Amino acid sequence: MRRSASRKTGQPNSTPSLNSSPADLFRSASSKATTKELERIDALYHSYANGSSAMIDPEGIEALCSDMEVDHTDVRILMLAWKMKAEKQGYFSLEEWRRGLKALRADTVNKLKKALPELEKEVKRPTNFVDFYSYAFRYCLTEEKQKSIDIESICELLDLVLGSQFREQVDFFVDYLKTQNDYKVINNDQWMGFYRFCNEISFPDFSNYDPELAWPLILDNFVEWMLAKQS
Amino acid sequence: MVAKTFTVEEGWEYMKNNGILKLIRILEGLSEPSFTIAESMMLYTTVYNMCNQHPRPDNSEKVYKKYQEVFEEYIIPKVLPSIKEKHGELMLMELVKRWVNHKVMIRWLSRFFEYLSRSYLVKKLDFSPLEELGVTRFRNLVYLEVGRNAIDVVITLINKEREGQQIDRGLLKNVSDFFIEIGSECINCYEMDFEALMLRDTSEYYSHKASKWIVEDSCPDYMLKASECLKRERDRVSHYMHPSTEKKLVEKVQHELLMVKSKQLLEKECSGFCALLREERVEDLSRMYRLYHEIPQGLENIASIYKEHITGEGTALVKEAEDAATNQLCGLQVLIRKITKLLDKYVALVKDLFSNHSLFNKALKEAFEVFCNKAVAGRSSAELLAASCDNILHKGGNESDEDIEETLEKVVKLLAFIYDKDLFAEFYRKKLARRLLFDRGANEDHEKSILSKMKQQCGGLFTSKMEGMVTDIILAREYQTKLVEYLRSNSNANPGFDFSVTVLTSGCWPTYKSFNLSLPTEMAKCVQVFKDFYDTQTKHRRLTWIYSLGTCNINAKFETKTIELIVSTYQAAALLLFNSSDRLSFSEIRTQLNLTDDDLVRLLHSLSCAKYKILKKEPNTKTISPTDNFEFNYKFTDRMRRIKIPVPPVDERKKVIEEVDKDRRYTIDAVIVRIMKSRKVLELQKLVIECVEQLSNMFKPDIKLIKMRIEDLITRDYLERDQDNPSMFKYLA
Repeated sequence: MRRSASRKTGQPNSTPSLNSSPADLFRSASSKATTKELERIDALYHSYANGSSAMIDPEGIEALCSDMEVDHTDVRILMLAWKMKAEKQGYFSLEEWRRGLKALRADTVNKLKKALPELEKEVKRPTNFVDFYSYAFRYCLTEEKQKSIDIESICELLDLVLGSQFREQVDFFVDYLKTQNDYKVINNDQWMGFYRFCNEISFPDFSNYDPELAWPLILDNFVEWMLAKQS
Repeated sequence: MVAKTFTVEEGWEYMKNNGILKLIRILEGLSEPSFTIAESMMLYTTVYNMCNQHPRPDNSEKVYKKYQEVFEEYIIPKVLPSIKEKHGELMLMELVKRWVNHKVMIRWLSRFFEYLSRSYLVKKLDFSPLEELGVTRFRNLVYLEVGRNAIDVVITLINKEREGQQIDRGLLKNVSDFFIEIGSECINCYEMDFEALMLRDTSEYYSHKASKWIVEDSCPDYMLKASECLKRERDRVSHYMHPSTEKKLVEKVQHELLMVKSKQLLEKECSGFCALLREERVEDLSRMYRLYHEIPQGLENIASIYKEHITGEGTALVKEAEDAATNQLCGLQVLIRKITKLLDKYVALVKDLFSNHSLFNKALKEAFEVFCNKAVAGRSSAELLAASCDNILHKGGNESDEDIEETLEKVVKLLAFIYDKDLFAEFYRKKLARRLLFDRGANEDHEKSILSKMKQQCGGLFTSKMEGMVTDIILAREYQTKLVEYLRSNSNANPGFDFSVTVLTSGCWPTYKSFNLSLPTEMAKCVQVFKDFYDTQTKHRRLTWIYSLGTCNINAKFETKTIELIVSTYQAAALLLFNSSDRLSFSEIRTQLNLTDDDLVRLLHSLSCAKYKILKKEPNTKTISPTDNFEFNYKFTDRMRRIKIPVPPVDERKKVIEEVDKDRRYTIDAVIVRIMKSRKVLELQKLVIECVEQLSNMFKPDIKLIKMRIEDLITRDYLERDQDNPSMFKYLA
């Protein structure tokens, strides 16, 4: 039975287009897509998937990115992965693909591309952003039982994920990470701590920072380093 | 009895003429006989009749009103002016006199009008009783008018007495009693008016005095004056004020004289607290303690200056030692001795002068902690203290047993102030090992005694390993006796010379690396023999040989004489090689002995480039290089028949510090896990506090190290940070 997904726009039996209000996209994320759409989504999947593994692999993603005219290192791809709840970095499974595209109401590359700005906005909402930020770290844990990410990758990830929002903090912290010798990897606690840090601590004076509180030690050292530089 | 019908006016006329005016004449001191019983009765009856008219109206209310008016009609024209026309003391005397009169008046009138109490007032419970009414009248009409003046006069007199003049104390007592009696339940005239103003004035008075004295007087003199003042004020209260005033008055005086000026007083240049300490002015210090002890938080300033003073002296001693730049042990001993003397001095002071008050003990402890943890000449205080103990326990001192015991006792006391107790323990252990293994006849009693003192101070865990080491040495002696017997009964086992073996329990002793030194055959036989013997004594024990710790006595036949050389096992092994070869190269020696280059260099250096050149080195340079060649130095001689050839010990300091750091990480981890396991959820700051407390017997962890360990434990999934409250940590089972 064809499911009508257009209650909100008040037009029965019409496929909601991307011209409908943004709210619709999100409210109807509980996949009220039509069977036709589902078929197209699957077809799109298979056009990028690797024949033998039946997953979209890094090559496939690169192809997808070039079709969308987005660089594959662009943060929006990460956001897409988040939306899909993709588990393995560089790969999309069919289930993940379906999940994401259904939620975005996209069944063609074009629609997917056009969905990206909205996706960005959605991610940037405070309630979602923490989740996205946390996801970004997990997504980069490629080995089984891996708990931390090397400094080099973290620096890139920070820039990608927080660069637009906390430019200065990220720049200085990345500087520090590259200079210091105490830590070779960053764990999830430190990763999440940094986000809290950016939100709560006044920059660049750090006037409300108290190292006796439970901030991760690496941030204590970072603040010390910054204050020493400034004096 | 039937009431006569007469009006209130008629009855009142009678009252006035026969009662009130007569009473007034009595009060005014005019010659007037007192009331007879009959007269009293009549007056009482008249009141009764006035109230009980027949037919009713009840005139009680009118009578009650008239009663009140009696007072007014006397006080306003007569009493008040007589007080007001006088001044100063005379005014007070008049006031007192009038008040006494008034009390008499109330007494008589209450008697006359008693019927009202029994009948009218019983029904009107919220109306004042007669006596109270009388007092109220006086209060409203007299006290409110002249009270302030009276208080001012009293205060003036008090100040006169303070300045040393005599005053009429009896009068003041009476006035004070007046203030007390004139009040009511709701209006405490004494406290609210008199006492309040008096206290305020007292504050001003003493504030003024304090400002004057603090400039003019030395600290001891000032305190004497303060002490006097307090005594006099207490005396004053007991003579003419209500006892409840004493506490408040004393507080004011203490505040103005002692607290407000406390900083200036204590810090006075030549006579303040520090000066008194230096000059050991016992009496003045005792007085200071007594004076400030009573004041809440009064001792805090003094205790903090005490701490500063001690810290200053201690730090100066440390600096003195540092400047003398002595790495010499005797310089160090001097410093330790001076510090222990300082400790004795100030502990005695706290006990004798400050009643062992906890505030001062704390100040002392904190002061010592400050300078006892300073490094001197690059060596930590933990190391220095261990070196000092080593020095005392080394064989060869001329001090008596009692002196040594005493010194050891004092040195162990200093251990209490050292933060890095675990570092001390490590250095101590290393030095203890050397003493036990190389100091023949080291005094076991002293060793055991210092261990028991340390155990008392720091707990059994602290000393358990060291005690094990001492036990090993005692056991070794027993084994040696058994070994000798064994050799006697097994002649083929006997290698032909004396040897002894010391078995060390590996957990107690510092870790030693064992190298597979290629032993000369003679020694190898000893090893085998001992192994066989040891197997007969114990089961399931594995022996690992540490040749680097052994010593050997060799007879070296030089050209001119034979000299006995006391060398290490390594040195002996090297020398014995020359029994079969005249000349050996560095690499040949290395192959034959199977030692590392570093060890070999040190070893050969001690035999060929140091004080005693047992081996000739080619080329004859000051250092060893891998291309050198060695020969036995036949020409060597010395006037002694027996010489010891030391190998300089490797500087283990860095290694010790590294080991201790590593151990600390494990210890902190264990403590954190233990705390979190029992608390399940805990805030960082509380966790840190508990950690520091639990570790206080070993070392003082800084918060960074604790945080680092917590983060490590998070990575290892022992703990996690709470999602909602980032300063809380949760234990993960």
